[in-house]
Amino acid sequence: MDKKLYYDESTVRWFSFFTIFWGFVGMLVGLWAALELAFWQLNFDLPYLTFGRIRPLHTNAVIFAFTANGIFAGVYYSLQRVCKVRMFSDALSKIHLWGWQLIIVLDAVCLLSGYTDGKEYAEPVFFIDILITLIWVVFAINFFGTVATRKCKHMYVAVWFYMSTIITIAMLHIVNNLALPVTLTKSYPIYAGVQDALIQWWYGHNAVGFLLTTPILGLMYYFLPKAVNRPVYSYRLSILHFWSLVFIYIWAGPHHLIYTALPDWCQTLGMVFSLMLIAPSWGGMINGILTFKGAWDKLRTDPIAKFFVVGLTFYGMSTFEGPMLSIKSVSALGHFTDWIVGHVHSGALGWVGFTLFAMLYWMVPRLYKTELYSQDMATKHFWIGTIGILIYVTSMWVTGVTQGLMWRAVTAQGDLMYSFIETVHQLHPYYILRAIGGGIYLVGVVMMAYNLFMTMKQGEATPTLINPDKGQEA
Amino acid sequence: MNHKKIEAKSAVMGVMVAILVSIGGIVEIVPLYTVQEQIVKIDDVKPYRPLELEGRDIYIREGCYTCHSQAVRPFRDETERYGPYSKAGEYVYDRPFQWGSKRTGPDLHRDGGKNKDSWHYLHFKNPRDTSPGSIMPNYPWLYENKLDTSLTVQKMTVLAKLGTPYSESDLDPEKVERRLKQDAERLAARIKTDLGEEVPSDTEVIALIAYMQKLGKDIKWRD
Repeated sequence: MDKKLYYDESTVRWFSFFTIFWGFVGMLVGLWAALELAFWQLNFDLPYLTFGRIRPLHTNAVIFAFTANGIFAGVYYSLQRVCKVRMFSDALSKIHLWGWQLIIVLDAVCLLSGYTDGKEYAEPVFFIDILITLIWVVFAINFFGTVATRKCKHMYVAVWFYMSTIITIAMLHIVNNLALPVTLTKSYPIYAGVQDALIQWWYGHNAVGFLLTTPILGLMYYFLPKAVNRPVYSYRLSILHFWSLVFIYIWAGPHHLIYTALPDWCQTLGMVFSLMLIAPSWGGMINGILTFKGAWDKLRTDPIAKFFVVGLTFYGMSTFEGPMLSIKSVSALGHFTDWIVGHVHSGALGWVGFTLFAMLYWMVPRLYKTELYSQDMATKHFWIGTIGILIYVTSMWVTGVTQGLMWRAVTAQGDLMYSFIETVHQLHPYYILRAIGGGIYLVGVVMMAYNLFMTMKQGEATPTLINPDKGQEA
Repeated sequence: MNHKKIEAKSAVMGVMVAILVSIGGIVEIVPLYTVQEQIVKIDDVKPYRPLELEGRDIYIREGCYTCHSQAVRPFRDETERYGPYSKAGEYVYDRPFQWGSKRTGPDLHRDGGKNKDSWHYLHFKNPRDTSPGSIMPNYPWLYENKLDTSLTVQKMTVLAKLGTPYSESDLDPEKVERRLKQDAERLAARIKTDLGEEVPSDTEVIALIAYMQKLGKDIKWRD
């Protein structure tokens, strides 16, 4: 058979499998970390189970293993279809797929063993940073090669978002990790102190922007119209919010450093651009939600539509909360507290998680030429997941505001009202509640894993012919 | 310009994206390097001594930054609780910076000199012995692991290349070893005097304590 006549679905199937697998692992580690905050004994006096090592493992696993694999699965599936060609190179697809999993395993081993760069979300050590760069370049060549050989004139809006992801993540990763090595696993960054802090949060904030936002928006633009069988609400709005999002996001990094030793003008710039960021973010949310126009009834029956709409709602909520938190006086209260943790999770669990779940529920049956094993179970997953997020986020709001207020409380005489440890004890019940919320969310993920594996089992992984006349969106 | 033209040319769109995402970073980052006044130098701030440097790398290894910040903000309650707010010039030898983003435990930037060495020695073994009700885990392995000093000279050499003002004699392997040993033995002796028990000077916890005690103390503020 002439492979060029068929889509490469094998790579997509594997990426999908690893999305589910690492999603489970990453969230399980997160649950354990949450439990350790409620019950400190749970590290069992072992270095590799201690919070300081498994918290980076949790964040790395859910960002670079769960989310990134989900993005790769969705990109490989949709790119071939909107370009009407097979992926540029089967060899590069294989290197990308297995190289990325190797990176994940190596990073996990290093982090648990205490080898870390010590910068948030950039913890992978020197040699892994180089591997990440190489594999990312492989992905980029494969991506742009496919785009260059496309059989249609225009690039569909999803492709714009994928493209901005590939370019920007390459820039952020390389610049933030520039370092002189002592050994393969120990290096010192070429930046020090304030400069290192600014570069790190320029990276950190835009990792959120270009790994947890733009590619997920791209996936939304492909899979949501497919799932509800409606065209994207507004082509003009997609142009407007794409370019403004790409331009404005980059400036917002300093809002992570408000009231620190970073020069004041830079903090203000970060705050102002964060506030402006509401517009392009909500442009994306509105374009997504209004795509349901004429298909609102699906929200009653179709679990995939439910996941999409609640995912978009959380996107809208967290992109409103984020700019509010970047206002200096709000940051003064919320920074360093659990409010930030809650904020991140409403984006990660709500927006990223639910959008990827929707994508998987839609895509996996098609990859195996069958129907979803159980619609009913997917609907239950939706409700369980939603309840889990709400418990998680509300408990973090309460702890964050409580802690922030207790830190600053003073008596009539002007003395501090609470010692630090008193604030810690106040939070204990909510830490338990948070772990329960996260645990409930994880139960939903296990249900999804079962549902999708049963779907794979009942289906057949037969190849799909490239149909040049079908599915032209742009 | 008609957007249909841009979206038909992947190279054009790619270049436009690359330019757009570069602007914000350039405007915000470059002045920190080109404008001297942005980070005011403080003469009293000294590079890490070999033992402190090793201690700092243990601090990084254990991910202390996931629960502790090193940035005192200029608020009354923070300066009351921790000490003077943090200045840019105090961080110039920090690679990587360890400001953190979460205070599950208190800020540590002014922790140096707050407690005695022996306090820290008891604290890392079981934080509840010194801080009743603490939710910080125990770190028993810091007392079992011997401090690995095989890379100290190389680490300092790399840092010197990056701009840390270690002199040539500072990097002399024999001198590094001597200073490291001396610092560790003095620290262990002080703990021994306080606790009245044998305290080995070659464990990881000694280096970590040396680092803790250096934090935020270069500018003189404690009486």
